[in-house]
Amino acid sequence: MGWALLLAKRAAIGAMIGIAVSDELVSLARMQGSSMEPTLVAGKSLMEGDVLLLDKFPGHDFGFSRGDVVVLRSPHEPQYWMVKRLIAVEGDMLRVPGKRELVQVPKGRCWVEGDNANVSLDSRNMGPIPMALLKARVTRVVWPLERFGRVESILPTGRIVAHGERPIR
Amino acid sequence: MLWKSLSDVAGRGAAIVQCVCFMDVFSNHVLQIQQCIGPSMLPTFNIRGDILVTERLSVKLGKIRVGDVVMARSPSDPRMVVCKRILGLEGDTITVVSDKGGSAKIPKGHVWLQGDNFHKSRDSREYGPVPSALLQGRVFYRIWPPQGWGFVG
Repeated sequence: MGWALLLAKRAAIGAMIGIAVSDELVSLARMQGSSMEPTLVAGKSLMEGDVLLLDKFPGHDFGFSRGDVVVLRSPHEPQYWMVKRLIAVEGDMLRVPGKRELVQVPKGRCWVEGDNANVSLDSRNMGPIPMALLKARVTRVVWPLERFGRVESILPTGRIVAHGERPIR
Repeated sequence: MLWKSLSDVAGRGAAIVQCVCFMDVFSNHVLQIQQCIGPSMLPTFNIRGDILVTERLSVKLGKIRVGDVVMARSPSDPRMVVCKRILGLEGDTITVVSDKGGSAKIPKGHVWLQGDNFHKSRDSREYGPVPSALLQGRVFYRIWPPQGWGFVG
């Protein structure tokens, strides 16, 4: 009997440490949906698709940078997560394709878009979203091995007309 | 001799790591103790800070109801956690009593947050309906001040 209890205790401690690390430091996630192609590729089921390394540190003080690929809670479907690229932060004025006026991102919000512009539902549809929804930064693809590598923080050019810190007046 | 001391230190270190992990997981997923400071929830909570117990389960299971007091990340400042009451859920229509007036239909996945202190609260009347993904937990018990000890309704 003694060993079963010891095993259970070790498993519980292991699970607890695993959950803490996964919440606060790093975790892995499987990509779903095609909104970030070709940067990130999903499969047809949970058994396929890129496996992403998520960095949880920026989520603590919201130190995300423009151009980061981020994981966020969906504003309209809270049980789902979204993966998008952070395009603009509070105070930025940005050019939105299809709109004549510039959009200014309000305080506390941000603007995210999927790399696959044709299929992605993002800030172009739902507007700026609260930055507090952002939970992690995607740093790497770790599987499959052919696609192993860093996920670069790239900001598309010509989108941001003014930065929040230096408004053009 | 040195080996035994290193082994002791490692043992203590492991115990501390386990303790920290336990508190982190417990407060993120089960119960959290938080303070609610400011006038926005008067007369329910005091200005100088009541100490409250928040449970995480209701939010995770999507079992939040109108009238619940919740802790949430502010849409206007991600670094701030606010304490407000839920006055409406997705699909509800809220009649906004403010300078702008009018009524708002709460979109899918959102809730309407409002402080009990009608005049001195920055809430959904200012920043609009809030995604329920920003809700952290339901406030259900007050442990300070002593005369306010008890369930929060």
